[in-house]
Amino acid sequence: MSTQYTSALRERLAEQFKSFVDPAFVLAEESQRKPYECDGLAAYRHLPLIVVLPETIYDVQKIMRICHAEQVPVVARGAGTGLSGGALPLENGVLLSLARFNQILDIDKPNLCATVQPGVRNLAISEAAKPFGLYYAPDPSSQIACSIGGNVAENAGGVHCLKYGLTVNNLLSVTIVTAEGELVTLGSGGLDSEGFDLLALITGSEGMLGIVVEITVKLLPIQERAQVVMAAFDHVETAGQAVADLIAEGILPAGLEMMDQPSLQAAEDFVHAGYPVEAAAILLCEVDGDNEEVSEEIARVRQRLTDSGATEVRTAKDDNERARFWAGRKAAFPAIGRISPDYYCMDGTIPRKHLPYILREITRLSEVYGLRAANVFHAGDGNLHPLILYNGNEPGEIERAEAFGGKILEACVEVGGSITGEHGVGLEKINQMCAQFPPEEITLFHAVKAAFDQQGLLNPGKAIPTLNRCAEFGAMHISQGDMRFPHLERF
Amino acid sequence: MSDNTKKLIDQVKTAYANNSALKIIGGNSKDFLQACSTDASLEMTSHAGVVNYEPTELVLTARAGTPIVEIEKLLTDNGQYLSFEPPHFSENTTIGGAVASGMGGPRRPWGGAPRDVLLGCRLLTGTGDVMRFGGEVMKNVAGYDVSRLMAGAQGSLGVLLEVSLKVLPAPSKTITLTQDLSEAEAHQKMRELAAIPMPLSGVCYTNGQLYIRLSGAHASVNAWSKKIGGERLAENSTFWERLRDHQLDFFDRSKPVWRISLPPAAPSLACADSTLIDWVGGQRWIISDAAPEQIKSEALKLKGHAKQFYGNSSPEPWAMSSQAALAPIQKRLKETFDPKRIFNPGTHADL
Repeated sequence: MSTQYTSALRERLAEQFKSFVDPAFVLAEESQRKPYECDGLAAYRHLPLIVVLPETIYDVQKIMRICHAEQVPVVARGAGTGLSGGALPLENGVLLSLARFNQILDIDKPNLCATVQPGVRNLAISEAAKPFGLYYAPDPSSQIACSIGGNVAENAGGVHCLKYGLTVNNLLSVTIVTAEGELVTLGSGGLDSEGFDLLALITGSEGMLGIVVEITVKLLPIQERAQVVMAAFDHVETAGQAVADLIAEGILPAGLEMMDQPSLQAAEDFVHAGYPVEAAAILLCEVDGDNEEVSEEIARVRQRLTDSGATEVRTAKDDNERARFWAGRKAAFPAIGRISPDYYCMDGTIPRKHLPYILREITRLSEVYGLRAANVFHAGDGNLHPLILYNGNEPGEIERAEAFGGKILEACVEVGGSITGEHGVGLEKINQMCAQFPPEEITLFHAVKAAFDQQGLLNPGKAIPTLNRCAEFGAMHISQGDMRFPHLERF
Repeated sequence: MSDNTKKLIDQVKTAYANNSALKIIGGNSKDFLQACSTDASLEMTSHAGVVNYEPTELVLTARAGTPIVEIEKLLTDNGQYLSFEPPHFSENTTIGGAVASGMGGPRRPWGGAPRDVLLGCRLLTGTGDVMRFGGEVMKNVAGYDVSRLMAGAQGSLGVLLEVSLKVLPAPSKTITLTQDLSEAEAHQKMRELAAIPMPLSGVCYTNGQLYIRLSGAHASVNAWSKKIGGERLAENSTFWERLRDHQLDFFDRSKPVWRISLPPAAPSLACADSTLIDWVGGQRWIISDAAPEQIKSEALKLKGHAKQFYGNSSPEPWAMSSQAALAPIQKRLKETFDPKRIFNPGTHADL
């Protein structure tokens, strides 16, 4: 697209948007657009064509109708904390921020649910529900900042999802604006709805199928008691086996997390959680329920961990210590940020039994690429977050970090896992999609998108690679892929 | 117990080439819900067997024609269970049919529906291609969640060849309490219980009695059963199985029995002659002589939906959404997975 064409389009859109959105929330100047050039994956940046922050659902519909008529792509953005570049703007597209959709509309105690706008922060829902004795279960580590709309887009998990499920298991309905500007509700006031389960399909669809403008989430009664046990191990493998032993024992922990030595050391230095820094790995195992249940389970957990070879087993003695144990885990990413100028966070999932293999592979790749790695692991559900440490100012390091990360994900796929458990594909892992899915499935994904968005206007170029791209990446061998709507710029 | 994939592919490819239709049949236990307009069948029961089950991974993968009773026995032997408590409308009910129907049992509000535990599937599409979506891992957000879309799709989008399900440790203790209450009192009481953190695994009101099922750790179940009070139901009672499988007297096949899905706190339906309340109020079974349109419209007003299960001369098609803007999206999805509309024609209305 030529510069003149781009400026003319920007002016035309700004004028139309300002006819119904407060002009202070239509950002066309470069300095105003700059803060939106990336999400939580700061290594990827694009200046959006224009930024608009609508206030009402009707405004979102009008924006979509204008963009549909103009054939301009749209990227929706919540809090911008995503780690895969899912909300990375397009230079030829509108960035639609839902930041002003920040109201909790209803806490419905009789129906154990809350209706909220997509820009509401995850933690704010539980805070608002607390006076009713209720909470919203999924708790991604970024919950103080991330928005529920983004959680729906990524099917966010958290440290409690083995027992309480992912975002998809905790939604009752979402209302979306379609690419054509229509308003529809997926799900119902009950536990199911008529027709195909589009609520499940849209969860985790990374803003590619519709723009989520209202969400009804399930609320659960706050458990009477939660207690956490920390166990230290001499070897990562022993810790991995202890996880399998706990499950074999019939224990379903509310949270079950593992950190390796570099992670727990960094976390300890940062928040003084009380972790034994000499350990090769620690497990945090939380059980919740009523008082009797927790006492019964904690005794079983302690016994099992000891029998599985833990060198130390410590039960948090009070709520403060419990909060500290978790603070160390939840602060693992920023803690790594203190010991390395940059880090690159991966999100692979594996059948748990392959953990020792994957950890050995990470150690091997670490030597190959000359970069350090630290590991935090949602051990209960097989979701590994290797953090690759690098320095973006050193020429070539970011490329090496990306290549290292890509190899880890391919190793996850090789053992039957997935390239992403909760962060999404976005732009970051789009090449690895070619390793996980053959061309037939990728073609079908494009058709699923087209069922919702025939012209490919919603967040184009993310999450699902074109077959051409896979051919270039080398994971597929095809002579010619088909590119829809070639006038739209893609990655 | 064998892999019949090749034969199934051949049958679908033949149907595709001949522009003919196929009715996907597992244990045939839900035929009473299936308004399918073809008799040519794609027989699934010979495509059976558990493919992979490692208890410590909490995942079981089975071919679609595997009987549920077989899977449940295997899980029970390993101290685990299917948390969604699928109905057994006959002993032939298969896991493929259970997932495709999308139905959960009395544990649904806590244990989820097939959509909640389905981690992945192998799917035979309407063009005869076999595709793999999801997998055997707990978390997977790569690509669209096509496998969950298949749960509850009644086979209209493709043939489930294999399903991978999340399984859980079975609770060590279960107790059922009953209390004599009016319908209104019971509806109030069950919602109060559900708002308190206790190990509930079922609440149902029928025939003047509220049934409260508690499942979990021994100490906790015993303590709560004392707090809640009421008559203890005998250990060998089959009440929950009969509720799950629609074998209670309430489900009289000669009467118009409707299922209504509603917000739990929604009021009683004015058109109901009698009501059974399940899922804390989220699922009501009513017997009603009112006109079908009246029942559906009342359910819709209460933010729910209705479908007749029994007492009609032939099954009505499953309804699609009443929202006009969703119709083209659902149709395009159908065309994507089954372009020649081979599978289960007539099962869904207006597709």
